[in-house]
Amino acid sequence: MADEKRKIRIATCSLAGCFGCHTSMLDIDERLFDLLEMVEFDRTPFTDIKHCGPCDIGIVEGGVSNAENAHVLKEFRENCKVLVAIGSCAITGNVPALRNNIDLWNCFQEVYLYDPGTEGKQIPNDPELPLPFDKVYPIYEVVKVDYFLHGCPPPANAIWKFLTDLIQGRQPETGHELLRYD
Amino acid sequence: MSGTITIDGKTMPFTGGQTIMDAALAAGVYIPHLCHNPEFKPHGSCKLCVVEANGRNVTSCTMPASPGMVVVNDTPELNEDRKALVQMLFVEGNHICPACEATGNCQLQAAGYYLHMQSPHFMHFYPPRRVDASHPDIFLDLNRCILCELCVRASRDIDKKSVFGISSRGIDSHLVVNSESGRLGDTSMAVTDKAAHVCPTGAILIKRKGYTVPMGKRLFDQKTLREFHLEQQKRVEPEDGPDGG
Ligand code: SF4
Ligand code: SF4
Ligand code: FES
Repeated sequence: MADEKRKIRIATCSLAGCFGCHTSMLDIDERLFDLLEMVEFDRTPFTDIKHCGPCDIGIVEGGVSNAENAHVLKEFRENCKVLVAIGSCAITGNVPALRNNIDLWNCFQEVYLYDPGTEGKQIPNDPELPLPFDKVYPIYEVVKVDYFLHGCPPPANAIWKFLTDLIQGRQPETGHELLRYD
Repeated sequence: MSGTITIDGKTMPFTGGQTIMDAALAAGVYIPHLCHNPEFKPHGSCKLCVVEANGRNVTSCTMPASPGMVVVNDTPELNEDRKALVQMLFVEGNHICPACEATGNCQLQAAGYYLHMQSPHFMHFYPPRRVDASHPDIFLDLNRCILCELCVRASRDIDKKSVFGISSRGIDSHLVVNSESGRLGDTSMAVTDKAAHVCPTGAILIKRKGYTVPMGKRLFDQKTLREFHLEQQKRVEPEDGPDGG
């Protein structure tokens, strides 16, 4: 138990993301076994934990596009000592932010009312559903972010380098060859 | 007037009319830049080329070299300022690299890499700008325009068509097309024009040419902005430097 306590605790989540950044995390392949020697996971799409508890590192993929995204992001910020924006969506809003100059109501009408393939022709209004924001925001415009790992998605080697640096207490250094915005 | 100047301790000659940038590039010394292109008159809008010359910050692409000038260029402080300028350009437009055909070939993006820009840092403007697909061969996306005026200069000075101009003031400044409709399709611009090929970003794109180069083989997969700009200089002045004596 004492041994387990010393492990770095990591939480991850996807807000307005596509899970591509998480897939790129898995692309470290068998190095996942090495990672699991060093860390244990709190809330992530890979575990069944529902809420983010106290963690050393929080990794967030995706921008903020609705009320639930903002809620989850704040929970991560409150619980994680270090918060990392991973991927272009969390850093710039990325492709989902292409909707930022389209009126939200027009978007909804287009998708739920006018599209010939829709049945029922009703804009979903159940209170269970999170309300969308008029714009998609990068996460650093909502909470303080400690580190950014760019790319859509960041290459697995960049994620590996970044995480091992961070876990071993070094300043994360992803050199020129691992830095990309696309 | 001619003589020598010193940049970061390295002494190099200059000849009459040369700017700090001209002398530096001719000597193979790199000063980061975006709106400067050795084929055109300097413009002075991007400010990436700011150096400290004789103790004052000046734009090296417009500042004439003078005998004995002492220039400071490649310092962490100046490069941090340059990074902040690139960050400003990124948040001012809609630079969604993963969805841009210019990605990998874009000088703005390469400047971000060169200056090690990890995040846009500032709040995004998400400006509601126009795209213009009216031309049969050329696509214009003002969301990515950094107002370097290279297309303006190329169209006016080389193509002799003056297809482009800049209009309005402050943050509203934007590229305009000189046709009555304001549409590119209603100008005499041709895909062979110089102006169609000078844009350092993805604002002017040739239609049906997107994503033809595989990742890993694109311009800035292969070289840094520094290497690209130093080679660009060599293409312009193949022999013995500007003005040749
Ligand atoms: S940055 Fe790219 S890979 Fe990551 S969530 Fe966004 S779209 Fe997906
Ligand atoms: S369209 Fe391109 S070349 Fe013209 S001003 Fe904008 S960024 Fe510069
Ligand atoms: S290169 Fe000098 S201001 Fe742009």
